[in-house]
Parts: sequence; structure tokens; C-alpha cells
Amino acid sequence: MEFWLFLAQLATVALLLAICHRPLGDYLAITFTSRRDLRVERGIYRIIGVDSKSEQSWQVYLRSVLAFSIVGVLIVYLLQRLQAWLPYSLGLPAVPQGLSFNTAISFVTNTNWQSYSPEATVGYTVQMAALTVQNFVSAAVGLAVAIALVRGFAAHRSGTIGNFWVDLMRGTLRVLLPLSVIFTLVLIAGGVIENLNAVHAVHTIAGATQNIPGGPVASQEAIKLIGNNGGGFFNANSAHPFENPTAWTNLVEVFLMLLVPFSLPRAFGRIVGDRRQGYAILAAMAVIFVVSLSLMTWAESAGGGAATQAAGGAMEGKEQRFGILGTTLFGTTSTLTSTGAVNAAHDSLTPLGGMMAMLNMMTGEVAPGGIGAGLYGILVMAVVAVFLAGLMVGRTPEYLRKHIGAREVKLASLYFLTTPTLILAGTALSFGVPGVVQSVEKTTIFNPGQHGFSEILYAFTSAGNNNGSAFGGISANTPWMNAALGCVMFLARFVPIVFVIALAGSLAAQEKSPVTTGTLPTHRPMFVGLLVGTILIITALTYFPVLALGPLAEGLH
Amino acid sequence: MTAASSPATASKGGKTPKRGGAPKGAFNARQLWTSLPDALRKLSPRVLWHNPVMFIVEVGAALTTVLAIAQPFLGHQVSGGTSTSVAFTWWIAIWLWFTVLFATLAEAVAEGRGKAQAASLRTTRTTTSADRVVDYADDDPGALHAATTRIASADLTLGDVVVITAGDLIPGDGDIIWGVASVDESAITGESAPVVRESGGDRSAVTGGTRVLSDRIVVRITSKPGETFVDRMIRLVEGAARQKTPNEIALNILLAGLTIIFVVVILALGPVAGYADAAPTVPVLVALLVCLIPTTIGALLSAIGIAGMDRLVQRNVLAMSGRAVEAAGDVNTLLLDKTGTITYGNRQASEFLPLPGVGDDALVNAAALASLSDPTPEGSSVVALAKTLGHSPSSSVASESVPFTAQTRMSGIDLSDGTQIRKGAASAVSAWAGSEGAIDSAVASELDRIVQRISQSGGTPLAVATREPNGGARILGVIHLKDVVKTGLAERFADLRRMGIRTVMVTGDNPLTAKAIADEAGVDDVLAEATPEDKLALIRREQEGGKLVAMTGDGTNDAPALAQADVGVAMNTGTSAAKEAGNMVDLDSDPTKLIDIVAIGKQLLITRGALTTFSIANDVAKYFAIIPAMFVGVFPGLQALNIMQLHSPSSAILSAVIFNAIIIVILIPLALRGVRYRPSSASQLLGRNLLLYGLGGIIAPFIGIKLIDLLVALIPGF
Repeated sequence: MEFWLFLAQLATVALLLAICHRPLGDYLAITFTSRRDLRVERGIYRIIGVDSKSEQSWQVYLRSVLAFSIVGVLIVYLLQRLQAWLPYSLGLPAVPQGLSFNTAISFVTNTNWQSYSPEATVGYTVQMAALTVQNFVSAAVGLAVAIALVRGFAAHRSGTIGNFWVDLMRGTLRVLLPLSVIFTLVLIAGGVIENLNAVHAVHTIAGATQNIPGGPVASQEAIKLIGNNGGGFFNANSAHPFENPTAWTNLVEVFLMLLVPFSLPRAFGRIVGDRRQGYAILAAMAVIFVVSLSLMTWAESAGGGAATQAAGGAMEGKEQRFGILGTTLFGTTSTLTSTGAVNAAHDSLTPLGGMMAMLNMMTGEVAPGGIGAGLYGILVMAVVAVFLAGLMVGRTPEYLRKHIGAREVKLASLYFLTTPTLILAGTALSFGVPGVVQSVEKTTIFNPGQHGFSEILYAFTSAGNNNGSAFGGISANTPWMNAALGCVMFLARFVPIVFVIALAGSLAAQEKSPVTTGTLPTHRPMFVGLLVGTILIITALTYFPVLALGPLAEGLH
Repeated sequence: MTAASSPATASKGGKTPKRGGAPKGAFNARQLWTSLPDALRKLSPRVLWHNPVMFIVEVGAALTTVLAIAQPFLGHQVSGGTSTSVAFTWWIAIWLWFTVLFATLAEAVAEGRGKAQAASLRTTRTTTSADRVVDYADDDPGALHAATTRIASADLTLGDVVVITAGDLIPGDGDIIWGVASVDESAITGESAPVVRESGGDRSAVTGGTRVLSDRIVVRITSKPGETFVDRMIRLVEGAARQKTPNEIALNILLAGLTIIFVVVILALGPVAGYADAAPTVPVLVALLVCLIPTTIGALLSAIGIAGMDRLVQRNVLAMSGRAVEAAGDVNTLLLDKTGTITYGNRQASEFLPLPGVGDDALVNAAALASLSDPTPEGSSVVALAKTLGHSPSSSVASESVPFTAQTRMSGIDLSDGTQIRKGAASAVSAWAGSEGAIDSAVASELDRIVQRISQSGGTPLAVATREPNGGARILGVIHLKDVVKTGLAERFADLRRMGIRTVMVTGDNPLTAKAIADEAGVDDVLAEATPEDKLALIRREQEGGKLVAMTGDGTNDAPALAQADVGVAMNTGTSAAKEAGNMVDLDSDPTKLIDIVAIGKQLLITRGALTTFSIANDVAKYFAIIPAMFVGVFPGLQALNIMQLHSPSSAILSAVIFNAIIIVILIPLALRGVRYRPSSASQLLGRNLLLYGLGGIIAPFIGIKLIDLLVALIPGF
């Protein structure tokens, strides 16, 4: 019975995606290759002084991405610091320095790690003018970088990889905004609230007082999921009944998180002129997703202990209205995309189930990954896989008719080095720097022992992959954690982007080599298996030792 | 058209004679032993620095050794809740040193094979003296009147002109500017039959260290001292001139990336494990690091590259750069010269065409007699054809054979009764017969007609004439020599097609003949009536589409095409211009070898990829050995990960380190020989290699480590 319910939920999401990925993927491809501008876009280009017909070299494209994002960090930081003077602030004071720094980076990097409780920290203006704006544009930045890389593969001896400002504008106006409007309505229909009400004090029958918040939740919720942002309107995130009231909206939210990431491979296939290449990437994503989901569901259903067995699964920290399946489906989706929204306390997952959530992020979030980031992440891994396998067919490795030479391997290696280094360094420093250790052990960790270690590891893994979900059980609003996680989020977002855009430039400049039977085919199941294997082995080899000390030490008896 | 029986083509054949004493594909324990001193020398950090992976292992080995010495003074050492003994640290240190040593040994063994070949080449480089022409003048091209001075060959410089007479060693690389000579080039090619070298044509190049057997030639030196062909060969086979190839550089970067990631993992492990009071000791961390970084491929990478070049040298091909060898694996289009590659370089007799008034028998008999003492394949094919027509003359009649010379362009026989028979190029034979009285004009025109017809069909006409003792000479007829397509080529071309390589036959023949031969041989395309310019244009056209092109060539007019091609194989018989333009030289001058060169290039890349995959896949098992062993003292639950059921934490760690070292030695033969390569499509190759080296790489160490652990468990204290 449970198994069939599990299959039915999975099948529903799969069916919805199967129906939607085609039109959306095609639409994405057309959007980012079209030469025509909308009237509103032309107006904006005139104001900001951009010639939409001029293409940028990779260096200029990269500078544009970085400049736009750094300005974004400054704006979000300032708006938080000036909150006391802003309208609709619900009487909340300015957000403290360290927290503002952390939050500004968190939203600009599409991470949406929240060291704070939103309803008690930010008012409606900061929420909408700072955080929601970034929910759109940080997602559009990810989309733009992915499209730039795809253009690099598609180009033939080209010195340019597109125009960042055009990509940003189109991603926001033509993709994210319409999708958000449609699904805001869907969510409202499903019972998610949408108003600008202040907090209501309600006296319950038992005599206690309950504060019922309001807010423009549904509109935030749609972009939170479509843009793989994950920053909740409420601290409880998608476990809160106003954000995610029913099992039905739960399924819709899962679908929204997967919608764009699973449509991008088709857009990729179309732009490079071989749809099979897109489907091979999609297949690799799907395989990892299904395997991971199954393992987490197994861990949560099997969970050790008499109480668990009696409850039919590890129900601590989970919402009754979602059950185990609704929780693992949401949790897996949230950690395999870069969303980081939660509908349960991940801290209460069984040790092995919690490990799956960590492992999902540790794969580099490529199955299907964050909006844009998932596609460029898996394409970089494909470059690594092609290099290894390409040598084994006796040719200089090629992917999508581009040679994978020293420069490409260098950039790909630097890409996959960055995130693990940041995560491991952050975690190790938390336990290795004298002054920091006391703060981490005394203030941050609520649960001493290996579970506490897992919580810290989870926090850095989440920041390092721009996921933003929290294990919980720690207080991250300390000087060290705010600063360290802020730095990790910033570097883990933009350092890899530097390598990806440089890779795009290097690929674009190459000529296309001819395809023969001697060329490694990258659209067949064997390549899908190879790609999955490469991702899993590199992930496992990098993180096995720390996982052994955290969830494995805790979970194996 | 020169006579097809030129002995210069005699050396073209499929065999690959051996030079030097280096063993071919074999690998034995003795080689390990003799390479040991070199391997020890390579342990110097200054040398090892160039191989970052092994350098890290050496640093780790040194560190562990220091700790092993210090351990008795440091007191009780607890690693991850398990106490470690001094013996354990020593064992780890020793095997880490072995790991480095095995890596340097692999390289030393690979280089050792080249050294043997270099030694045999050096013997040809003995200095000799040369007769340098003082003030060489164009009006005396033969330098018959000019004064010469005797100087040491080492003092010759670019542009000097020297006179060489029969019996002399050629003092340096150069081009013949006057004269014809037969030259013994066995010192370089291993082929004992002498070759003809003459001025002006495509066979004007001579190589220093070879010996002139007949005649007198004037040579202009084209190489600087110390940069002769032989010098370059020595440097190549010794590996001194070896530069990293593009793919090797890319692979090194990937390995460096993986190494850095594991260094980070290990560095992070200390503080992180410290939180749980499970901090491992430094030797244990070093052991884990060495097991994780790709030592197997790191140790064998340079050996694979050296061995790849070596495999070419063993087939008498000299690649001027490793880049060319790699490019050979990437080739999309092969330009194959018809003659010598697709058809036997030496055409074979297919019919006898008597002139009017000459009996069939007279012509066949004369042709067979004239060919009896002709050792070339053309000659024997004439005799063979005559035999099938019922003529088997014997040379029992006392006779004297007249060998082919470059000047007469004829060969034949003088019978004891005074009759002379000659066969050769129609013009030469006509001149010989005509010198003893005018030839009948009707005969001459009929001869012309036959010769024309044969030439147009792509064949070679060979005229036969006799001169009676009384002086009456007459032309008997013509032997039709025809191209014969080599056997087994169709299959090889099919193999190439499966590999995605297109074959284009290049020939001077007319399109009709070319098409017929191309169809018979099974090539994909044909370039008929090809001029060197056509060839160059074809290469450019292919390269426009991003394709890599390989070709062979020997003439000076091939030089631009050879330089343009991604892989240009110059024949050793060719001109120095051709040899200079190409990036490989085939000492056997066998154009078919291009196909082998492609295979060697591919095999080199596959070997690298396979061993890299194997090396990385190995890590899975090593983790399952070491990680539980590291922390099981603090977290007994991790025993569940000890799926190999290894004896104890210490034995598990040591076993993984030993396996990691031994696998290098086990794989040395594979690295030197190259992995098995059978031409097939990329899909099939990938499937097979993934199964063998990917899956095999995951499974093999589980078995290996378990077996080693069974032995290690016997050591007291483990």
C-alpha cells in the first residue's frame, strides 16, 4: 500500500514533468536564442544603456555577472540595515550587521540560507524589495550562466558567448515572471495565503494567545520554488500550513522545484542542435534522483527503534499531512535542486536519511540541480567523464564536437575542486581554530556528539552548494557562522561561475570537429552510466571520511 | 617513367627488421633489476618534483620515516581509538618508499629499452674524415678539378660540399648534388640491401653514418654538427627529447586536481576527527592520502609515453614529437599513396605483347632469360608468368648477368654465345637497340602504341630487346607490368572505417584506372591524376572541416603537403626536404605502416585512459579498507563498513598501502606493452574498457587487499 502510494506520487510528478518539459524546454531555447526584444525590454535597455544586439566576450560577460551580483549584495545589505525607516516593516528594527551580511550574500547567491527567523526579523518591504527581487534575479543569473556555457558548446570559432544583460532580462521577464504569476494563482487556489495583513492575536479556546501572521506568501512561494531559492516566508518554511497547506500543494511545490531544472536539458539539446544530448543529461539527472529518493525513503521507513516501527516510520519532525513519502520526496527534491526549502525538520531525519540529504547536496546538486546551476554543474562533470572515457576510445576526448584539452580540463578540475574545498575547510576550521571551536561547541551546537558534527557539516555543505536548507539544531546566528557561511556561499557561487564562463569562452573559440564512428557517443545509455558513475565516485571519494565521522558513525550500530 | 625494377624499391616490404638489442614487447624481471640503479637515482626530490603525485608520496614517506624513528620517544600513539605500534609505522614507511621506488622503476625500465637502441645507434656516429671541396663552383658540378681538404666530419658545417667515393662513410646528412651511388643504409634501417641514391631526384638524400658502396658522389651537407638525423634519433629513443604531449598535460592537470582534493580531505580530517576524540596519527593520514591520490597512473604515466614512442621505434618509425603520435590516434582521414601502400610497390608481369613479326615464344623466352638473374619482385614475376606459359629457361648456359644501373635503366643477360638480352624502360631499350642500326619505323610506332596503351591503363611497359652476336639488334616486344592490390587490405580498410577513419587513395593514374584499383582495394575515396598541389588542396579541404589528416610522402614536392598534414610520415628513402617537413620518418619506407602508426597512437591514449580509470576506481576499495580501520576504535559501528573482514585496523591500513605499491609493479608490463587494442567503434571500445578497467578497477583491489591482509595478519603485532 505504502509502496504504491509512493509510486503514485512519484509517477504524478514524473508525468507532469514529462508533459511540461517539452514546451518549456523549447520555450527556453527560443527565448535565449531569439534576436527579437520585447517592447518593455527595449525600454529597459535604453535606460540602462545596453545594446541588445552586441555580444560579449567571456571576460566581459563574467565581469557583468560579477558586477551585477556585487551591487545586488550591497543593495540587499543596505535595505536590511535601513529597515527601521522603511514602510511596511511591521515595526521591526534594522537587521544586525553580521546577519545582514550573511543574508545579503545568501539571497544574491541563490542560496537563501536563513540564519534568522523571517517573521521576527524582516518586514514586508525588505522581504519584497530586497529578498524577492533577488529570488528572481539570482535565479536569472544562474540561468544566464548555464545558457552561456551551452552557447559555448554550440558556437563555432566564436569570440563571444552572448550578452549577459539580455540573458538576465529575458530570464526574468520572459521565464520566471510569467511562471510565478501562473503558479501563484495555482498555490492560492490550493490554500496558500496572499495578503498584506499585520499579525493577528487570536485567543484560543484553551485561553492561550496565538499570533497569526499574514503576508504575501503565495507570490513569494512560487518564485521561492521555481527559482530554486528556498528562503521561506516563515521560519518553518514549507512545513508551515500557510506556505504549504496540503499534500496536494506539497506535490505542486515539488513539481515547481523540478520544473525549470528538468526542462533545461531539452533547451540545451535544442541549442546544441542534438536533442539526444539533452536527453542523455536528463537521464543521468533522473537516475540519480530516483536512486537517492528511494534510499532516503527506505532509511526513513525502516528507521531503527521500537517507537519508529510502531509509528510505521520515523515520523519525528515530519508533518502528518505529508507523511514519510511526502517528506522524503520534498526533502530529496529540495536538496538535489538548490532550493533548500524544507517541509520537515531535517535534523530529525534518521542518521542515514539525513546523510542522503547531505549526499544530495554533495553531488554538487546536479540531479537536476539549481536553476541553471544544475545544468552547468552536470555539463562540467560531463567534461570530466568525457575526458576519462574519451582517452579510452583512443582519441583526444571530445564532447559535443569540442576537444577537451588541457585548458578545458584545468577549468573543469578547478570547478570541482572549489566546492569541496570550501565545505571541508569551513567544517575543519570550525573545529580547528582555537577561538572558534569554543563558540561552535558551546553556542552553535545544541546536540553534542556526532549529531552536532553532522549539523555543522550540513550547514557548510548547504552553504557550499548554495542550497540553503538547514539541518537545524544549531544556532547559526553567531559571528563565526554568519561570517564563515557568508564567505563560503559567496565563493562557492562565484568562483565556479568564473570557471564555467571561462570554459564557455574556451569552447566557443574552438572549431567543431567532425563526428565519426570513432567519436565517443555521448547520447547513449553507456555514457549516461559513465556520467552517473563519475559524479558518484568523485562525490563519494571526497566526502566519505567526513560522512563516516558524522551520519555513518551515528547511524551504524 | 623509370624502370620498375629499380633496386631502390627493393627495401619496401612488410617486414620490420630489428635494430639494436632491445627486447621487443617482452618484459622480464631482469629488466627491473638492471634498471634499479637508475630508479634509485630518480628518487632525488629534484627529479621527482616534476611528478607532483609521486613527489607527495615521497614527502609522505620521508615524514613517516622520521615519525617511525621518533615514535619510541613520543610515547604511546593512539590513532582513532586504536593504539599503533612502532613496527606498524615502520612497515608503513617502508612500503611508502617502495611505492615511490616502483614509480621511478617503471620510468627507468621504459627508458632502459631506449638506451639499448641509442647505444647501437651511437656506434654509427663514429667520427670519420671527409674530403671537403674548397671553393665549390657550379661550373664544375662533379668537383673533378676542385681542390679538397681532409677534415674531421665533426667539423663539417651547413652548406659544406664533400666528395665521397666507394667504401667511404658518409660524413653527415646531406643531398647529393652530383652523381649516383649505391649506399648501404643498414646502420639506420637494418635493411642490408643497398639502395641507389642519385642527384636531382626524390632519392637525393643521404644520411650520415651510412656507407657508399659504389661510384663517386658530391654531397652538400644539410645539417649542423650535433643535429644530424642520427643525433636526433638517439635523443628520441633515449627519451631526452621527450616533451609532454597535449593529452598528457591535460591528464596531469586532472591528476593534480584529484590530488589537491584528497590533500584537502586529509587536512580536514584531523580537526574534524579531533572533535570526536578520534584523531588519526600522521602516519595513518599519510597512508590514507597515498592510497587515495592517483599513484598508479601517476607512477606509470611517463612510462606509458616513453613506451609508446618506443613501440614506434621498434617498427622503425621515428616520431619527431610525441604530439604527432597522439595526433595519429585522432586522425580522421588517411591519404594513402597507391604505389607501395595499396598495390605492391613492385608491379607484376601480367602479359607479354610481342611486336609484329615476333613470335610469342621468342619474346617470352627472352624476357624470362633476361629476368633470371634479376632479384627484384618484378623480375621474378616475369619468370613466374613465363613458367605458367610453359617456358622455364635455365641459366645452365654459361652466361653473365647485367645488373640494373641507374644510368642504363636496363638490366639483362649476356649469353655465352654472345647474344645479349636487355629489358627496361622503352626509351632506354630503344636507344640501346637503335644504337646498332635504325629501327624500322613501323616497329617503332607499334612499340609506341603498346607502350602508350599500357601506360594509360596504369600499368608499366617494359621493353625487351636482343642483340645477336653478329650485331643485329631488334626489339621483341613489351612486358606489361601491372598493379596488384595487396591482399588483406580490404579488411584493414574496413577496420579503419569502423574506427571512423576515411581512406583516400592518391595516385597519378587516370581516374578510370584509379577507380578500378580503389574499388578492388576498398578505399573510401580516390584522388586521381593527383599533383602535389591537389594533394595539398585536399588536405586543406579536409582540415577546414576540423578533420585531422595523415599522409606519407617522399619527394621534395610532397614536402608542403607533409608539412600541412597533421601526421606526415616521410619515407627514409625520400629527400631531406620531405624528411624535414614530415613529423615522422619511416626507416623502412613502407607506406602501409601509416595504419600501424594510427593504431599505436590510439593504443597510447587508451592505455593512459584505462590506467587512470583503474587508478581512480581502486580508491573505492581502499576507502572500505582504511576508513573503518581509522575510526573503529571510537565508533565500533563502523565495523559494518569493514566488508572485506580485514584482520585488524593496523593490518587493514598496511594491506591497502601494500596493494597500492604492488599494483604499480604489476601494471608495468601493461604500461610498456599498451593495453590490447582491436580496431572497433568508439562504443565497443568504451564498453569493453569500462568493464575491464572501470568495473575491474573497483573489484580487483577488494580481492587484492583481502589476500594481502591474510598475509599481513601473520606478522606478529598486527
